[in-house]
Amino acid sequence: MNEILNPAVERLQQQFKGQVSEFRGEVTLLIPAEVNVDVATLLRDEFAFDLLSALTAVDYCPQTHPRFHLVYIFYSTANKVYLNVRAPLDGDTPSIRTLETVYPSANWREREVWDLFGIHFEGHSDLRRLLLPPDWKGHPLRKDYPLGYEEVQFTFNFDEIDTRKPKGEL
Amino acid sequence: MREIQEFTLDELKIHLSEKALSGETVVLNMGPQHPSTHGVLRLILELNGEIIVNCIPDVGYLHTGIEKNMEAKTYQKAEVLVDRMDYMYAMGNTLVYSLAVEKLTGLQPPPRADAIRVILTELSRIQSHLLWLGTSAMDLAALSTFLYAMREREMVLDIFELVSGARMMTTFIRPGGLWRDVPVQFETMVRDFTKVLPKRLVEYESMLTHNPLFLDRTKGIGKIDTQTCLAYDVTGPALRASGLAHDVRKSNPYSGYDLYDFDVPTQSEGDVYARYLVRIEEMRQSVRIIEQALDKIPYGPVRDQNYKYVPPPRSEIGVSMEALIHHFKLWTEGFVPPKGAVYTTVESPRGEMGVFLESNGTPKPYRVHYRTPSGPLLHALPVIAKGHFVADLIGIIGSIDIVLGDCDR
Repeated sequence: MNEILNPAVERLQQQFKGQVSEFRGEVTLLIPAEVNVDVATLLRDEFAFDLLSALTAVDYCPQTHPRFHLVYIFYSTANKVYLNVRAPLDGDTPSIRTLETVYPSANWREREVWDLFGIHFEGHSDLRRLLLPPDWKGHPLRKDYPLGYEEVQFTFNFDEIDTRKPKGEL
Repeated sequence: MREIQEFTLDELKIHLSEKALSGETVVLNMGPQHPSTHGVLRLILELNGEIIVNCIPDVGYLHTGIEKNMEAKTYQKAEVLVDRMDYMYAMGNTLVYSLAVEKLTGLQPPPRADAIRVILTELSRIQSHLLWLGTSAMDLAALSTFLYAMREREMVLDIFELVSGARMMTTFIRPGGLWRDVPVQFETMVRDFTKVLPKRLVEYESMLTHNPLFLDRTKGIGKIDTQTCLAYDVTGPALRASGLAHDVRKSNPYSGYDLYDFDVPTQSEGDVYARYLVRIEEMRQSVRIIEQALDKIPYGPVRDQNYKYVPPPRSEIGVSMEALIHHFKLWTEGFVPPKGAVYTTVESPRGEMGVFLESNGTPKPYRVHYRTPSGPLLHALPVIAKGHFVADLIGIIGSIDIVLGDCDR
């Protein structure tokens, strides 16, 4: 593993019971969702990770435990290294603390994740939809959200699909 | 007809001052159909006379659900969509996607492919900067620069047309290498361009750099310091204009950028003028990189030979059964990378552009996320614009060089 990342990774392993994995030279830490703010504060203040390079999520539907992984990618401009941190989230209406106070850039990124995945951020100052209109129903990047085409009905599944077909208002 | 629902004033309350609610200041809508917002950006401005008290960017008018669509297509087909995100840096969009797929699958593009990738993405950076130069100067009432900048940009688009057949949405850079080798005229055309551009840059500078009208509109306007840049994740020329020489091409080199000798221009003021100077100098450095890459461009194949991922050449299909099978498999089922997630970044004309790509061992990407530089720039816009005149806001939007397709995806 990268010698610059080693101290940060060891510290997070000990203090927050993070699980480390490595793939194609990238280090990923799986941390409990409750400690996300503490992990981010530690990384920013003690290990010089000054950029929150990306914040996104992955939906593992139909799996529910965990259903989502929230992915933080931190970058250190001084050490020039990336560190991926993942927080697993259970259930259909997950919630996690906001990172806005540690990295102001998380504000818009969390709004985007809320918009597209429906992950709620506790303590967020302005959790409105970012990309979709305010009256949009559903969260499109979830795997159980259809892509938008009309489902084709055959004789064997006509009634089953008929029950979930949107009718009337558009 | 459904009624269009808006954000309520209650929801926006935290962004506005108390005076807006009592009616002392005016809340004004700007955009999304406004020529100076460079696309479909909508700003809700709270104005005290001509002074901006608060500014609320409202994005999403160009949201096309590209990330969702990519999940439903194979890796090869999904790539065609990414050209449409940052349409001013289409070569770079496909490059960063290809780098991510290559990292996932372990493909190695040959050195010739790397050199051509560098030349094409640097040309792409120059044409993006030229369009920025033209439009942002036009916003500040220097119309002639726009016409000249478009003239040089045409030369780059002609080169793109020569190599790929398309002027903007090229999809020329593919996972494992390139679509095909460049034609013989490529080198002369690029050399012609690199010979012309430095002289033309001098001409642009003679129109703007010491022009008192331009200086009045740019110096000391729209300042942002390094700490704010980092807090808002602002990268690229805006960060370098504030004094930090962070450039992905230097810090985390890709496609053999470590082989070339170039500087990362910085300024310390962080205002509109500093961003202008940084971008002008970046074009010169891009020309330097292109010339070096052309001088030592190696000969050889332009694609990885691993036919499990990269389609075999057309000529082999008629004579080799294996090649025919691979061709058929690749264009029907697609290829299957191993399970895992990767993150790759490149330096776009606006900053750091990254791709988060997760594979679950099927021919379709499980999750693709583009970390784009325009979003953070717009997030930081209220900080930059506060306290300036509305007229200066136009200059500021021009100077941070946003592409809404990049922000909204």
